[in-house]
Amino acid sequence: MHETAVAESILHTIIAQADKANAKPVSAIISCGQFNTLNDECMQFAFEAAAAGTVCEKTKLVIKHIPLRAKCEQCQTVFEFDVYKPACGQCESKEFDFEPDAPLLLETIEFEG
Amino acid sequence: MKISLNQKILSRNEECAKKNRAFFKENSVLCLNVISSPGSGKTTTISRMIKDVGDKIRMGVVEGDIKTDTDAQKIRDAGGQAVQIETHGACHLSAEQVYNAIKVLDAEKMDMVIIENVGNLVCPSAFDLGEGARVILLSVPEGDDKPIKYPGTFAEADVVLINKIDLMDYIDFNLERVLADIRVVNPDVEIFQVSATTGEGMEQWYEWLMNKSGAAQAAR
Ligand SMILES: Nc1nc2c(ncn2[C@@H]2O[C@H](COP(=O)(O)OP(=O)(O)OP(=O)(O)O)[C@@H](O)[C@H]2O)c(=O)[nH]1
Ligand SMILES: [Mg+2]
Ligand SMILES: [Zn+2]
Repeated sequence: MHETAVAESILHTIIAQADKANAKPVSAIISCGQFNTLNDECMQFAFEAAAAGTVCEKTKLVIKHIPLRAKCEQCQTVFEFDVYKPACGQCESKEFDFEPDAPLLLETIEFEG
Repeated sequence: MKISLNQKILSRNEECAKKNRAFFKENSVLCLNVISSPGSGKTTTISRMIKDVGDKIRMGVVEGDIKTDTDAQKIRDAGGQAVQIETHGACHLSAEQVYNAIKVLDAEKMDMVIIENVGNLVCPSAFDLGEGARVILLSVPEGDDKPIKYPGTFAEADVVLINKIDLMDYIDFNLERVLADIRVVNPDVEIFQVSATTGEGMEQWYEWLMNKSGAAQAAR
C-alpha cells in the first residue's frame, strides 16, 4: 500500500502547480514500471481519499504502466519482459539483460481552460 | 492548458536517500536494508549476527515497525544498540525516518548500520533508504513461489538470505526453482542459505559481510 505515499506526493505537486497556474486541475497522468508497480484500484482510492476537500477533489487520475524491456544476449532482440514467459520472444533464449525499469513519474497535469 | 512535468514522484525520498548514502560513505559505514514478509526471521537473524560477530563489527540497528518497540527490545536483549521507528500504519520506512534514526544511533561510530524494514515484501522496495546493500529474506515456510510472485522485490536485491533451512525437510520447498526464479530477474545477486536459529550457513554470510564492511573500512 505505498500507493498512499504516492498519492500524497503527487497531490502535493498538483496543488502547488494549480496555485501557480491559478486554475483547476482536470486530470493528471502518472506512470510506473513493472518492478515497483502500482495497483490501479488502490491508487485511485488513495488519490481520492487524499484529494478530498482540496482543489484536486475532481481531478481525474490516469495511470500508465510502462513495460519492462530486456535485450537478448543470443540474438540481440529487444523484447518486452513477461514473468509468465521469461525468455526472448525471438529465439527463446533465457540469457538476457534488463533495460532500466521505468521510474514512478508524474508526467503531465491538465488544467481547466 | 496542459503542463509537462515528468517529475519523479518519490523525489523527496530520493533526495534524502542521497544524503544518507553520502553520510554512510563519508563515515565508512556499511548500511543494510533488510526486507521480508512478516515473520521471515529478520529480528532473529540480526540478533544472531550481533551475538556471533558483534565483537568484530560494531553494529547499530534501526527497527521499523507499524507499532511497538518489541523488536528494538529484542536487539538490546541480544546486546545490540537499537533505535525503534514506529510508522503508525505506514507499510515501509522512508529515507527521512532513517536519517533521523542514524543521528540518534551515533552511526558515525559504527562499522555497520542494519535497518530492519517493516515486515512487507512489496512496498519497502519502492523506497531507497540510502543503503549500501539491500538484503531480502525469504523463509522456507513462505513457499517457493515468492520470487516469481514478487519479481520487483528480488530484482533490486544485492543479497538474498533463504532462512529457516532447518525446516526444509518438513516443507515442500523446491530450492532449485527458487534459485532459478531469483536468477531470472537478478542474475548477479548473492544468495546464502541460512538458519537463524541453528546457525547453519551463517559463516558464508558473515564472510561476505566482513569483506563488504572491510572494503568500507579500507576506504576510511
Ligand atoms: N525454525 C526456524 N525458525 C526461525 C528461524 N528464524 C526465525 N525463526 C522464527 O520465526 C519467528 C519470526 O521471527 P522474527 O525474527 O521475529 O521475524 P521478523 O521477520 O523479524 O518478523 P516481523 O518483524 O514481525 O516482520 C520466530 O518465532 C523465530 O523464532 C529459523 O532459521 N528457523
Ligand atoms: Mg522483526
Ligand atoms: Zn534471442
